[in-house]
Parts: sequence; C-alpha cells; structure tokens
Amino acid sequence: MQTQMPPSTQRAVAAVTESAAAMFLTLTVAGQLCGVPVLAVRDILAAQAITRVPLAPREVAGSLNLRGRIVTAIDLRRRLGLPPREAGAPPPMSVVVEQSGELYSLLSDSVGEVLALPEEGFAANPPTLDPLWRDVSRGVHKEDERLLIVLDVDRILAIG
Amino acid sequence: MDDLLADFLTETNEGLAALDVALLKLEKAPDDRQTLSEIFRNVHTIKGTCGFLGLSRLEKVAHAAENVLGKYREGSLKVTPAGITLILSALDCLKGIVSGLENTGSEPVGDDTALIASLDAAWRGEMPAAAEPEMPSFGDEKPAEAPPAPEAVAEPVAAPPPAVVAPPPAPPSISRGGEHDGEGGGGGGGGGGGPITPAQTIRVSVDVLEDLMTLVSELVLTRNQLLQLVRARSDAALTVPLQRLSHITSELQEGVMKTRMQPIGNAWQKLPRIVRDLANELGKKIELVMKGAETELDRQVLELIKDPLTHMVRNSGDHGLENPEQRRAAGKPEVGRILLNAYHEGGHIIIEIGDDGRGLAVDKIKAKVVGQGLATEAEVASMSEREIQHFIFRAGFSTAAAITSVSGRGVGMDVVKTNVEKIGGTIDLRSTEGKGTTFFIKIPLTLAIVSALIVEAGGERFAIPQIGVVELVRAGGSAEGAQIERIHDTPVMRLRDRLLPLVSLSRLLQLEHAADEGRRDAGFVVVTQVGANVFGIIVDKVFDTEEIVVKPVAPILRHVTMFSGNTILGDGSVIMILDPNGIARATGVGADGPSEDASRGPEGMRGHRSSERTALLLFRAGDDTPKAVPLGLVARLEDLPGESIEHSGGKTLVQYRGKLMPLVAMSGGWMPPEPGKRQAVLVFNDRDRAMGLMVDTILDVVEEHLLIEGASEQPGFLGSAVICGKVTDVIDCAWWLHQAGDDWFRGTAPAAARKRVLLVEDSAFFRHLLVPGLTAAGYDVTAVDTGLQALQLREQGAPFDIIVSDIEMPDLDGIGLARAVRESGTWQSLPMIALSGRVEAEQVRRAREAGFNEYVGKSEREALLAALSECLATPVIS
Repeated sequence: MQTQMPPSTQRAVAAVTESAAAMFLTLTVAGQLCGVPVLAVRDILAAQAITRVPLAPREVAGSLNLRGRIVTAIDLRRRLGLPPREAGAPPPMSVVVEQSGELYSLLSDSVGEVLALPEEGFAANPPTLDPLWRDVSRGVHKEDERLLIVLDVDRILAIG
Repeated sequence: MDDLLADFLTETNEGLAALDVALLKLEKAPDDRQTLSEIFRNVHTIKGTCGFLGLSRLEKVAHAAENVLGKYREGSLKVTPAGITLILSALDCLKGIVSGLENTGSEPVGDDTALIASLDAAWRGEMPAAAEPEMPSFGDEKPAEAPPAPEAVAEPVAAPPPAVVAPPPAPPSISRGGEHDGEGGGGGGGGGGGPITPAQTIRVSVDVLEDLMTLVSELVLTRNQLLQLVRARSDAALTVPLQRLSHITSELQEGVMKTRMQPIGNAWQKLPRIVRDLANELGKKIELVMKGAETELDRQVLELIKDPLTHMVRNSGDHGLENPEQRRAAGKPEVGRILLNAYHEGGHIIIEIGDDGRGLAVDKIKAKVVGQGLATEAEVASMSEREIQHFIFRAGFSTAAAITSVSGRGVGMDVVKTNVEKIGGTIDLRSTEGKGTTFFIKIPLTLAIVSALIVEAGGERFAIPQIGVVELVRAGGSAEGAQIERIHDTPVMRLRDRLLPLVSLSRLLQLEHAADEGRRDAGFVVVTQVGANVFGIIVDKVFDTEEIVVKPVAPILRHVTMFSGNTILGDGSVIMILDPNGIARATGVGADGPSEDASRGPEGMRGHRSSERTALLLFRAGDDTPKAVPLGLVARLEDLPGESIEHSGGKTLVQYRGKLMPLVAMSGGWMPPEPGKRQAVLVFNDRDRAMGLMVDTILDVVEEHLLIEGASEQPGFLGSAVICGKVTDVIDCAWWLHQAGDDWFRGTAPAAARKRVLLVEDSAFFRHLLVPGLTAAGYDVTAVDTGLQALQLREQGAPFDIIVSDIEMPDLDGIGLARAVRESGTWQSLPMIALSGRVEAEQVRRAREAGFNEYVGKSEREALLAALSECLATPVIS
C-alpha cells in the first residue's frame, strides 16, 4: 500500500535528494584530494584498532569494531597503488560506507569537509589516467585550486 | 487450540502477507522468475500444510492456485494482470478461510467452486479477459451465516473445539488485506474475544534479537571502558554500583545469547504427527526415530532449516519408503524407518535424515536426466553413481512418477538445497538401491554462538571453536613434555600412541616473521578433530575460552576458507574465527566428506613401519656399553628405595601398586642396593602383568631409526645398533620378561631374507615386542591394531609377503580377517600365520578352516620365526 504524496512534497523531496546526491565528502589519500558521495557515508571514525586479516587481499587492512558491527577496512593507499603511509604519520581516518548490508571503512589520510560539487565542474577521466585509477574514478571535478577525483564506492569495493 | 493449528495460522498469515507483496511485484515484472518461484513455493507450502491438517477447503483453493502458478513457472502460461487478479482473489479467499479458522477453530463453510473453476480454466489456458469483473471474489464465501459447526472439521485434526462457550462467532471480518497483513498472528485472538488463549511464548522477530544482541555488545564495551576508568582512579564510591552494573550486563548478555539457542527437537516436534498422518494417507507403516534432539542450534538457523527438514521427512516417507507389500517382498520388516539424527561434529551441526526404503533408482534418474536434456547419454554413462544421484538436487527434478499432495511436483530437493546453502550449509546424500537413502545436512557455525579458545600466533589473536578442540598440549619448554619434531620440515608430535600431524598456524596464515624462527618449536599444540582426522595446530600462546557470537565475514573475505567467521571479543577487538575444516582442507590433513575417505591414499593410514624413527630409552647396566630398549615398551621408570626390594623363593620382588612385581637384574653381578640408596627400574607391563628390569643408570631418551645389525649370540640381546654415534646393545625384552615368569616369552632371532610382514595385533605391548624382534630377524614389518585396518591397507593396495595375525581382536578378529583375505582381493594367496595366546586343538582347527596356514602361540617366538621362514619358502596352497 503506497501513500501518495502531494506533488509539491514530491518535488521538494526530489530536490533535497538531488542536492544531497551532489554533496561529496572530501578526503585525501597521499596528497590526492578525493570525494565520495555523502549519501554513501555512514560514519567517520578517528583512528581505530584494526585487526589484521591474514590471507586477505592486500587492499584489506583488516577489521574493526564499529559499535558492535564488524567493519572491513580497505586501505585506500593500497587500493590506489600508492606508497604506504610514512612511519610516524598520523593514523588513518575511517570513512565508513555501506554496500549490500555490509559495512566497509575506507582508510584515508585525512577527511576534509562536505562539498557541493556543481555539475558544470565535472570532467571525464583523462584517457591517460592510470587504469587502476580510471577503474575506481567516476570523474574529475575541477576545483579552483586543485582537482578532485570522485571515487566510485562500488568499484573501490570490487576487490578480488 | 492445537499447537499445530496455531502455528499453521501464524505461518500462513505471514505467508499470505508475503504473497500479496510478491504478487504485486510480479505484476510489475512478469518475467521475474525468482519472485515467481518464491510465490509458487509459498503457495505450495500452504497447500502442503493444509493437506496435513485436513483443511480441505483451503487445500482445494491453494491447489488450484498452485496449478496456475505452476504453469507460470514452467513458462507455458503467460503472466497477465488478469491472471494476477485471479491469484489475488484466491489469496483473499484463503485469507477469509484462515480468519474464520482463527476465530472458530474450524474451517468456515463456504463454496469455492466458482473460484476454483476460474482457476482451473486459467490453468487450461482459457483466460477470458472479461472473467475477472465477475470473479467470484469473496462474496460467496462470506461465511458469516455459517454455523460454527466444529464437527465439520475433516479427519485427523484432533483440534478439540475450544472449550470456550463460543459466543456467536463474530462474522469473520474479511476486509480485504485486513488485520492479517500485520505482524504475525500474535494478536489474532484479539478481536471479538476469539477462543485463542495467549500462549506462554511469544514470537519475536530475529531482527529484534539481533538488535538486542548488538545493543548488549555495545553495553559490554561501554561497561569495560568504564571499569578501566574507575580502576585507574580507584574511586570507591563508584566501585560498588559499577560492580553491580557489570554483573547485570554479563547476565543480560548471557540471557540475550540464550534467547537465540534452541534444541533442534523444537523443529522436530511436529514431525511425529506429520509422519503419522503421512503413513495413514499413503497406507504405509512408518516409524520415526529421532536422536540428538537436544543438540542446540541458533534460533535463526533453526527457523531456516525447519521447512527443509519437514520437507525431507515427507520426501522420505513418500518417495523413500515402500508400502508394506513391497517391503515384505523385498524381505524387509513391514514398518519402514525414518531416522533423524543431529549432532555436532568438528564445528558443524550435522543433521541426518535417513530411511531404510528403496533407495535412489540410479537407472530411473539416468533416464530422466537424459529425457530432460540435462546431460547426454554418453555423459551419463561416464558419471559415477554419486554424480547421478546428485541430480536430484537440480531444480524441477522429481523422480516420483505420480504427483501426490504430499510432495512431488518438482518442489523438492532443489528447494531444500537452496535453503541449506542460504545459511552456508551443505547437503549430501548416501543411497544404496534397495537399502535406503540418508541425507546429510551440514550447517556451519556461521550463525551460532560458540565457545571458542582464544590463541595467538604470529602476533595476532584467533578464536578456535571449542567444539573441534580435543585437547591442548604444551610443546617444548621442559624436557619431559611432548616435543614438536620434524620429518623433512613437516612438524609432527608423538602424542601417546599416535603420530600427530601438526600445522603451524603462523606459517599457514603467512604470519611467520624471521624473528620467530628461534622459538618455532615451543608453544602450544591445539589438538583438533575434523571428522575422523585428528591433527594439531601449533600456536604461540593460549588465552582463555570465550563465548562468542559468530558473525559471517565480509563477502570480499569469504574466499579465505581458513576462517568460519569473525567476532567481537569482550574487550571490543575484532577477532577472526578459525575453521578447522578449512585448515584441514588447506593442509591436506583430512578429507572433507565421508565419500572421500577412500581417496586418502596410503599416507592416510599407515601402520607403524619399522623403518620409522623409534624412541629409544638408553641406559647402562653391567658393562659400559649403552643398552637400548624401545621406549614404547617401557610402561614406567621407577626409582625404588633399596629397602623396598625383597626376596622370596629365590626371586627378587617389590610391592608395587598393590601387587608383587618380580624384578630381574640386568647385570649378572647384581647386588641389592645399600640401605638408603635407590634402584633404577624399568617397568614393563601388559594388562595385569608387570615386571621390573633393574638397571644401573638411565641415560637418555633418543629418537633413531632402529636398525639392528647382526643378531646377538648373547641371550637377552637382539643385536647392536648405532645410536647417537655409539654402538648400543638393543635388549630383547621378550627374553628378560621370560626371566620374570613363564607367561612371558622369549627367543633369539635368526637372520632371514628381507620379506614384508604385516603384523595384525591389537595389543600395543605385543606389537612393540614383536616388531623389533621380527625386524632383527630381517623382516620388514608393518604393524596395525585391528583386522579392519589391515583390510584398509589391502584396499590401498599395500603389498606384503605374509600376514601374521592375532586371533582375538576387537571388531574384526583374526578368523574374520582370514576369511576376508581369502575371499577376494590382492592378498588372496598370501600365507597367513595365526598368533594366539591360546593353543587349543579347536582353535587351531577353526583358524585353519578360516584360511590360516600356520598356528603359533604368542609365546613361542622361535616357532613364529620358523613358521615365517617355512611359509615364505614353500608356495602356499590356497
């Protein structure tokens, strides 16, 4: 049984959804600014104790406990083929995302702010981009000072 | 109200609610096969249950609807909105009847013929597009006027009409999709003062329990943090309430965990009734035997396997068992048996559903496989019987020729298999045509709460389910403890009588660091059993056991078969749960299923080859030459006070463990020790006999290949061997034992050609005694404990020149072994020598009849050696 919303409400809801869809959480991985759709993000956690998972794909940093739920941590540096964090660097932040009922944490060097990215700023991946990056990037957003890579969470989690 | 009926009502209400949603979904996407199958199964379940409860009106409507859905599923009829409307109106009719049932305890009287006729017409493919407006919606079954007439309930529903003086039954409110869409049927009795009395239990959705569990876990974590804070501050005012909080939290945690566990018997409760009704309906005699009903299962798992189980039991009764005439003709008892058995095994719960019926007809399956185009004739011809039997798990495959209301129609084993696999389980079957079929459902722990041992390896902590853990052994460290030894880099451990294969956890999980190399052989061995295989897991540290809730690992980690799940410990850390089955598979320790036993190869079971390393006890007695005796022969080492040694009738004795034990001096010039000194004694025993061998000093225990060179002329010695670089005399225990009493035996060893001897002897003592002796005499000896093991060696194709077997053994005795050997196989013409403690004419005759060529008393070693060389020299007449 579906409740019918008055058309005006429907429009308003659609607008909110749309604007939320254009919101991105920025994060940095080895100096590179990245963005993930804010609707995909469930939680942001400071440094956590991570249990290593032996024999796991190398991108998997381990598992951590988020209020009683087990979250699989993906090291974005390893996922993007970047060098490991320097010794003594601050511990990574966890950006928790959900995919088909499972929680994953994307380990990032730092987490920035939530930005609205206007449509017109988007550009397709340059064809010369590293195939590994092209695979996980939905496109590039031209910021004033720098470029932001929009990460495709589903592709990031498609490991193995 | 009957429990069965009440359960049926709740289930059916849930099913109907789900059906509404699914049908609407189907209407939007008519090609969605998954939804269609789901709808079909749901209706099928409702129909099936109605059949058992004798709810004929419900059954008829459901059956007609199922017919149409069946056509949709096959694809021979197209899903149309009109068709959906028709099915929906059938559902409404079902709902009406169910609500009447709920209010009065019996099916309301009504006429569904018009509806059924439309359904049947649709089934035949006549779908008058205009038919639906005048669909016999539920106008005509509005049974408001129906008298309650509980007698109208058809046959076996013993449901006693509720004793409540029925208020004139409130007209069952059959508002479309009315109250039944709600949560379960818990509140079903509410309206109109229905006769359903509130039950002692309530149905709670698993999600609620799941949420509770999560909350409790968080509570535990918070509590732990709080405890730590308070400990640091030592604030006395907080201590007491915090302790109480801690206590309550623990109890709450325990309670919530308990809510998830149920004995599997709960899922079986209805089966006896179902089987009885089934037997009546089919005219069969069926006995249902249930074992292991107390085996606890996670509630969620239990819910999920309940239906498959019921289905399988029905299947066993319907397809598996024959009717009494057929059984009689087949020479079986008239009463067929369905056996349900549940038990824990190696971290899994195994449920067996077996029958002693006709078994799977491989030829029929073959024909059907070819007929349905699932495989070609040639492919079928090359398949093993097992592969062919497994076709019954394919969708739409049913071997029953007739469709009955009980099972059939292709909703069969494929559904069961899907449901079992949904919870991460496996299903297997073993069937012998004419003898019966047994299904094995193996459900992993994935959803269950288990007690687990927390261990550490390579700096990481892991949980090992306690269920698979046999014992815990500390390795290395002290001299007397068990040691991790290596055979070409493969770690093993001698644990009591067996050689235990070991697996290094840190190495297996690739956690090994170079720094750990040094202490590789120290640590703990978790002795684990998987099926029939026992092996040890080497870990660095062992902590405590903890009750853990197993959570499935994330999909991207699921390929790591070494883990069965993960969990959060009390301290809030995540920990991986090891799967002993996965470890066994990964390391080749053991095969997974019973079917694979045969493929284990000769490594799987090997007797004690005399060329294996033997632990030897080195000691000194008399002269300076070290003496050696196989450690396995020595029961104990004693250091007796000199005063305790007594003399009687020319013999030296000691009171030992409540008995007199004869003592024999190793060296000729033995003098009793001076008072206050002590005497080293090697104690040998077998069953109730014991003797002590007095020696000067015990030197060491070493492990060497015992290769005895040159038979000794000196009585009491088998010969010499080089042990630890020194020539050592290997003593002949038999000779020394004989010195202590007549019932021990003796002999010396003449040299002979190197022939392969299979020694079958159940007593470890005699085995240890005979193996060195025969080796010394130049034979290549393989010893096994039982006749069955011997036959297993035969299956594995082990070659031998002669068999020496004890007569009295458990399981398969020597006589049985001889018969089996003579009957068939590669050993048919091997010479066989019987070995027995009793030499009586009758025994000898029986042994010869069974196929033994020679018969020798256990105590006559010379005779045995003579018999061996004689048998091997002359060709055997078989």
